[in-house]
Amino acid sequence: MNEFVERRVKLRFSEPRRSYDVVIVGGGGHGLATAYYLATRHGITNVAVLERGYIGAGNSGRNTTVIRANYGVPATVRFYQHSLELYQRLEAETDRSIMHQEKGLLWLAHTEMGLRAERARARINTACGSETLFVEPDEIKRICPQLDLAGAGRYPILGASYHPHGATARHDRVVWAYAEGAMDRGVDVVQRLAVNGIRTAGDRVVGVATDQGPIEAPVVLSAVGGHVTSLCSTAGVRLPIRTHPLQAFVTNHYQGTFEAIVASTELLFYASQTARGEMLIGAEIDRQPSYSYRSSFDFLASCSGRALALLPFMANLRILRQWTGVCDMSPDYTPVMGETGVEGLLVTTGWGTWGFKAIPAGGEAMAELIATGQTPAMIAPFSIDRFASDRTLADRGSSGTH
Amino acid sequence: MLRLVCPHCGERSVVEFRYGEIPTVPEEMTDPAARDLDRAFMRTNTEGVVTERWFHEAGCRRWMTVRRDSRTDHVLETVSRSSGRPSDRPA
Repeated sequence: MNEFVERRVKLRFSEPRRSYDVVIVGGGGHGLATAYYLATRHGITNVAVLERGYIGAGNSGRNTTVIRANYGVPATVRFYQHSLELYQRLEAETDRSIMHQEKGLLWLAHTEMGLRAERARARINTACGSETLFVEPDEIKRICPQLDLAGAGRYPILGASYHPHGATARHDRVVWAYAEGAMDRGVDVVQRLAVNGIRTAGDRVVGVATDQGPIEAPVVLSAVGGHVTSLCSTAGVRLPIRTHPLQAFVTNHYQGTFEAIVASTELLFYASQTARGEMLIGAEIDRQPSYSYRSSFDFLASCSGRALALLPFMANLRILRQWTGVCDMSPDYTPVMGETGVEGLLVTTGWGTWGFKAIPAGGEAMAELIATGQTPAMIAPFSIDRFASDRTLADRGSSGTH
Repeated sequence: MLRLVCPHCGERSVVEFRYGEIPTVPEEMTDPAARDLDRAFMRTNTEGVVTERWFHEAGCRRWMTVRRDSRTDHVLETVSRSSGRPSDRPA
C-alpha cells in the first residue's frame, strides 16, 4: 500500500445520546484507542467519545511523534516496549496506514555523567526486554553522518545509547485509525461538544455535564489533555498534575536524508526528519505552568542555537512553522492511570511529553480496566496511590524531553 | 514568550528567572496527613489567575510575587518580596 495514496478515511461522527455504558472525555489518541480496544477486544460498544474541538486537535496533533521505549525504570520500560510493539502491528491490525517508520534513536552523551546515564539506560532496557545498545563515536557517525562529533567545540559527543526500534508515525493517522475502527463497531464519536463537569451521586459517578445537557454513564474515563485538573476537580478529585507548555518547530525541506532520531538531554532538544523532509525539532517544557498555546521567538533562538551545535547543516535551513502543546506533568515524570477514589471515574493522564508513544498500550490497558474492573498488572504501578504509599517512579529516562 | 518586569531591573525575558510555586491545599481538607500528602504532590493547577513567586536568578537575585493569568500568560501585578515595591507596569 502506498502510504500517501490509499483509501480515504471514512469518519462518521454522531450526535450524542442521553446515556451510555461508558463515556470517554477527550477525543485524542488515548480516548479513541480506549474506545477502539473496548470494541475490538471486549465487545463493549455502547460507548461515547466526547471531544470539545475536533479529534486529535489537542496534544495528539501537537506532539513530535516519537515512538520509543528506552525509559529508566522497569515498569515504564516494559509498558512503553509493549506500546512500541503494538505500534509495529497497528497497520496490520487496523488495515490503515499510519506511516509507521522505524528510524533508530540516538541519545547522545557529552560528559562523563551523560555517558554513565546512557550506559545505565542501555543496561536497564536490555534487562527489561527493550533493545538499546551503547555505541561509540565512530558508530554514531556511521548512523548519523550529519552530527558534528566535536559538538561545536563545546558539547563533544563522547558516546550514545542507540535504540534501533525507535520510530515515528503520522499522528493524525493514528488518531483516525483508532477513531474509524471504533466507529465501524458502533462507538459514538462526538465532536464540538464540551464537557464541563463530572456528575456524581454520593461516592460514585453518574455521568457528565455538557454544553447540550447531561449525559448519563456509570463509567466515565477522563482522557483529557491539558484541562484534566479542572475536570476532575468537579468530582472532588485532586491530581498530582501541573500543566506546562512545550514548543516545537519544523524547518523547510532538507534535501538530504536524515534517517535517525537524535536526542540530547544536556542540550535539551531532539531532532528527526518528517515524511515531508522537514527537520522537526522539539525541546523541554516551558518553566511556568500555563495553558497558553503561544509560541515565542526566544524559544526559536535558544533551541535552534543548541541544535546547530550538533547539526551544523541546519544553518542553511529556514524555520517553516512553530507550535505549542500543553503537557500534563506528574511529579515523577510517569503517567497516572486508573481509579480515582470516586467509583466509576477513571483517569488516564500525566502524559507529559510521552503521551503519543503510549497511545496503544495506554488505550489497551484502560479498556481492560473498564471491561474487567481489574487493573492490568502492567499499569498497576502507575496508580495515583503511589504518591501516598511512597512508591513513586522517578524516571530519568523520560525527564529528558520527548 | 512570557516577559516579566522585575521591580528592580525592569523588563526581562522569562529565561532570566526561576519559577517558584506557592502550594495551595484546599481549606476543607483537615486531616494533617492528607494535607501533607496534598502539599507534597497534588496541584491545584489553576486555569485562571495564579499567585506565584519568581526569582530573578540572572539579575538582582531577589524574589518577586507575580499575579498571572495561566490561560494567557498575561501578568496582572508584580511586587518585590523584599521591598514591597511594585513594578512600574505589570508587564
